[in-house]
Amino acid sequence: MTKKNVIYRGAEAEICLSKYMGYKVVEKRRVKKRYRIKNIDDRLISSRTKGETKLIAESRKQGVSVPIIFDVDLEEGIITMEYIDGKRIKDIFNDLDDTEREGICRRIGESIAWLHNADIIHGDITTSNMILSDNQIYFIDFGLGEINNEIEIKGVDLHVLMEAIESTHSKYADYFKFVLDGYKKELKQDANLVINKIEEIVKRGRYR
Amino acid sequence: MICIGIEGTAHSIGIGIIRDESNLCKVLSNNIKTYKPEKGGIHPREAANHHAKYIADLIKESVVKSEVDFSDIDLVSFSQGPGLGPCLRTAATAARALSLSIDKPIIGVNHCVAHLEIGRGIFKDCKDPVLLYTSGANTQVIGFAEGKYRVFGETLDIGIGNCLDKFGRIVGLDFPSGPKIENLAKNGRKYLDLPYTIKGMDIAFSGLLTASQQYYNKKESLEDICFSMQETCFAALTEVTERAMAHTEKDEVLLGGGVASNKRLCDMVKTMAEDRGASFFVPPKDLCIDNGAMIAWLGFLMYDGGIRMSIKDTIIDQRFRTDMVDVSWRD
Repeated sequence: MTKKNVIYRGAEAEICLSKYMGYKVVEKRRVKKRYRIKNIDDRLISSRTKGETKLIAESRKQGVSVPIIFDVDLEEGIITMEYIDGKRIKDIFNDLDDTEREGICRRIGESIAWLHNADIIHGDITTSNMILSDNQIYFIDFGLGEINNEIEIKGVDLHVLMEAIESTHSKYADYFKFVLDGYKKELKQDANLVINKIEEIVKRGRYR
Repeated sequence: MICIGIEGTAHSIGIGIIRDESNLCKVLSNNIKTYKPEKGGIHPREAANHHAKYIADLIKESVVKSEVDFSDIDLVSFSQGPGLGPCLRTAATAARALSLSIDKPIIGVNHCVAHLEIGRGIFKDCKDPVLLYTSGANTQVIGFAEGKYRVFGETLDIGIGNCLDKFGRIVGLDFPSGPKIENLAKNGRKYLDLPYTIKGMDIAFSGLLTASQQYYNKKESLEDICFSMQETCFAALTEVTERAMAHTEKDEVLLGGGVASNKRLCDMVKTMAEDRGASFFVPPKDLCIDNGAMIAWLGFLMYDGGIRMSIKDTIIDQRFRTDMVDVSWRD
């Protein structure tokens, strides 16, 4: 094994660059926590690793671009997946020209609709969790995801993205409407039900 | 400046007197009297009657204990919300009467914000913490961002203290049950699987409460159940706190609320902080539970920051949210 090359460290996991059968891969490793007993630690790490892997695999079936999964180690909590060589949408969003930005937003909306058609909730749709590579928008980090068919949950899923665009790309906050356009185009159920939920969630106004 | 604070959001009536000393809070006295229901949970009106019965004597006692005179007091502060209506109204009425009779300004403060500010007030190195606030009714992860104290995560159903108390009632433990559960947990050996519910940075306990009750009905050992409850609830609380710290990029963590006196919870959060290279703070118990000193200190900060209230601004707010407060006294 090559030496650990951590490229990102979150609250729960670290992401390392590595090689797997000649392919360039990343390992998402859920870190053991000293503060909780082994019983709980093992259970959480293994069930979350499993859950995330399933969601990524299921998303691929729906036609959404996600990394290919090479290997899963439930005991160690490691998902070995394709390294997506590209740029985070967060880093390029503000520099795109208007037509490109509009197109990207529509395609993001379409992808979210494909996820929601299969009741896949990403749980953390932000522009940091999307990578543009080879003209494809890849979705990563399904760690907070779940399978859920409730309108409310789908609304929350979109609301997270709306807030991310408002806070990180405030100049282009109104581009969220193109995300919704794409979403409406591809969603099999009545998208207005979900979109009305977003407004309801905003009115509750608890989050930033 | 000397400030008297009146706390009365729930089952405790607290009178605290503080003085500011080079930007830190010096507690002159901090008297707390707690209403204990004969059975069941808190009855708001009975709690309020309890507060009304003791409040005047408690104020006199506090002034004597602080070795000050009524004329030395510069400001009257009280808990304006959130909390139980009858209790809030009793504390507010006392504060208004006191303010008028000693002819000193009055200020109403947010109870949850007071739990955070008291930490900053007594620890010199606690400057910009994430607060894990755990009490009977409240369970919130709070941090300062863009001019307000934002709630990054909170319970979606019941407060952690409430969860422990309800379980205590089911199995016949005295109120408050937290300390008894903590003791029983020390002899627990076997971990029983319990629901661990986290949604992003939010948390839920009702499923865990039901499951614990089912273990009790199935005659599992009470020690094992208490141990499993504590380990599960507190691990979840520690996890959401860590998420909020990572999200806000803060490297200080502060505990507050009655459940912060649980040693296991303290240990877990402290371990998490150590592993992140963050500082950990927990105030002494009488400043963690509902108390008047923290109300007095926040009142001072707000007054010092230029905020003024007249009697008509002192109407109570049972649903006074943490993020409704404009934190103009801090940069």
